[in-house]
Amino acid sequence: MSTTAKIQTTKVRKRVNTDRLLLSIIGYVSLTLLAIFCIFPFILVVSSSLSEESTIIEKGFQLIPTDFSTDAYSLLFKYPADMLRAYGVTISVTLIGTLFGLFLTSMTAYVLSRRDFKWRGRFSFFFFFTTLFSGGLVPWYLMIVNYLHLKDTLLVLILPMMMNVFYIIVMKSFMSSIPDAITESAKIDGAGDFRIFMQLIVPLSKPALATIGLFIALAYWNDWYNALLFISKSELMPLQYYLYKMLGNMDGMRKAMMASGAVVNSDLPTESLKMAMTIVATGPILLVYPFIQKYFVQGLTVGAVKG
Amino acid sequence: MERGFEMKQKQHGFWDDVKKYKALLLMLTPAVLFFLLFAYVPMAGIVLAFKQFNYTGGVFGSPWNGLDNFKFFFGSGDAWRVTRNTALYNIAFIVVNNVLQIFAGILLFEVAGKWFRKITQTMLFLPYFISWVVVGAIAYNLFNFDVGTVNVLLKGLGMQPVDIYNTASYWPVILVVVSAWKTLGYGTIMYLAAITGIDTEMYEAAEIDGANIFQRIMKITVPNLMPTVIILVLLAIGNIFRGDFGMFYNMVGNNGLLFSSTDVIDTFVFRSLTTSNEIGMSAAAGFYQSLLGFVTIMLANYAVRKYDKDRALF
Repeated sequence: MSTTAKIQTTKVRKRVNTDRLLLSIIGYVSLTLLAIFCIFPFILVVSSSLSEESTIIEKGFQLIPTDFSTDAYSLLFKYPADMLRAYGVTISVTLIGTLFGLFLTSMTAYVLSRRDFKWRGRFSFFFFFTTLFSGGLVPWYLMIVNYLHLKDTLLVLILPMMMNVFYIIVMKSFMSSIPDAITESAKIDGAGDFRIFMQLIVPLSKPALATIGLFIALAYWNDWYNALLFISKSELMPLQYYLYKMLGNMDGMRKAMMASGAVVNSDLPTESLKMAMTIVATGPILLVYPFIQKYFVQGLTVGAVKG
Repeated sequence: MERGFEMKQKQHGFWDDVKKYKALLLMLTPAVLFFLLFAYVPMAGIVLAFKQFNYTGGVFGSPWNGLDNFKFFFGSGDAWRVTRNTALYNIAFIVVNNVLQIFAGILLFEVAGKWFRKITQTMLFLPYFISWVVVGAIAYNLFNFDVGTVNVLLKGLGMQPVDIYNTASYWPVILVVVSAWKTLGYGTIMYLAAITGIDTEMYEAAEIDGANIFQRIMKITVPNLMPTVIILVLLAIGNIFRGDFGMFYNMVGNNGLLFSSTDVIDTFVFRSLTTSNEIGMSAAAGFYQSLLGFVTIMLANYAVRKYDKDRALF
C-alpha cells in the first residue's frame, strides 16, 4: 500500500517537473521573442544611421550595416546649431515644467488628502470632471491662441501640460497613507498648513515625488503636440517637434545645411541622416530609462490600485 | 464625537469655513485657476458648434447657425467613417494588448531567472519611453517603399515589394501591432503586479492537490486576475471614442490615401481645424466626440460599479 502511494507521488512529482520544464521553455522562448520584438526597431534605426548613404539607396536599410559609416553623425555635429537650440528648448521646458508641475500637483494633492478639509469631495470632483467631459480641441485651441495669446511663446510649451488629474490622484492616494497624526500634531504646535506641507509632507513623499516627477518630465521631453499646434518660430521648436519637422522636410534641412556651408546640394545623406537625427533626439532617454524605470513601475502599480 | 463635530459645523456660516480653511483654499487656488482656464472656460466654447465662426466676432460674437455645422459634419459621410474607425481600432487595441500583456505577465512571473526577468522587463518597457515622432521615424525605416526594411526583406526572399504608404488595407494590422508594441511593457508590469498580489497559499494548496502548473495558471492565476482585467477593460471601453492622436498622426500624417482605414475623430478634428480652417464644423465634431465619450464613460463606470463598487471611478 505504502509503496504504491510512494510510486504515485513520484509519478506526480515527475509530471509536475516535466510541466515546469515545459512552461520554462515556453516562458523563456516567448519572452525572448517579445523582447526582441520590442527592441528590434531600435537596432534597425541605429544600424541604418551608421550605414553608408549609397548602400542604403542601393540595398535599403539593413539590420547590420554592410558599409559602416559615421558620415551622418559627423554632418549632424558639424553644424549642430539648430539641434542644440532644440535641445536647449526641450531641456528648459522640461526643467521648468517639471519643477512647477510637481510643486503644484503635490500641493493640490495634499489639500485633497486632508480628511479634515470640508470641501475635499467637491474640489476632487471639480478636478475629476475635466477627465469626463471637455470642450474639445477647438475651444481649447482658441482659448490659448485668441484669449491667452500664448502662440509662439515658450510658455505655451509649459503651461498646458503642467497639471494632470491622473497625477493628482496618484499623489493624493500616496499622501492619504501618511498618518493624520503628523498633520494634527504639527497643527497643535502652531504650524500653518503650507509649512506643514513643505516641511513635513514633502520629505515624507519622496518616493511619490520621484515617480510623478519622472512622469511629468517624460511627458515634457516627448511633447511635440503643443509645438505642432502653437509654435511656428524655429527658435522655439522643442526637440521632438524639430525631429518631426526634419523628417518630413528634408529639403528644408538641405537648404539649412547649404546655407551654413555644411554640404553642397548633392551629397546630403538623407536617409542615414534621418536615422541619425532620430537617435540623437532619443539619445538621453535610451541612456537613462533603465535606471528610472523602477519609478515608473511604482507609479503604474499605485495607479492601478485605485484609478 | 463625530456628531458633536458636525453640530459645531452647522453653527458656522460659509464665510467662517472659508476663514477656517483659508490656507488650504489658497494652496488650491493655482490648480483651480489652471483647470478653469484650460478645461472649464473652454467648455463654454462649445457654443461654437452652433455658430458660423468669424474672427471679428470671435467665440461669442459670431452669428448662430443652428445645427448647420452638425448637418455638414454628418452629411459629408466623414462622421460615420471616423467614428467607426475610432471605435474599431480601440476595440482591437483593447483585445490584442490585454491578451498579450496578460500572457507576458504570467510568463514573467513564472520563469525563474532573476536576471532574465529584469532584462526582459527592461527591454519590453523601452517603447513606452519614446515619443510618437520617433515611432514615426521607425515606421518610415520599416515601411518606406524604396529603402524600407520590410521591402528589403521581401526582395531578399524574391518577392514583390509592397507600397505600404499607398495601401490603406495594410494599416489596421500595422497600427494594431504598433499599439501592442508600444504598450506591452507598461501593461505587462501592471498585470505582473496584480499576479504578485495573489495569495501564495492558494498555489501551495493546488500543488498539494496535484494540479500541474498549467492547471494552476488556468484555475488560479487567470481567475484571480479577472477583477483587474475587467476594471482595466471597462475603463478602456470608456475611452473608446478617444483616438490616440499622437499615434495616428505620426504613423499616417496627412496621407489622404490612407484615410479610409486610418482617420479617427481626433485626426479629423485636427485637420478640419488646421488645414481647412472649418472652425464651426470641427467644434461640432469635437462636441460630438465629447458627448459620445461622456456617455460611454458613464456607462462603463456604471458597469464597474455593478461589478465591484470599490473599483468604480466615482
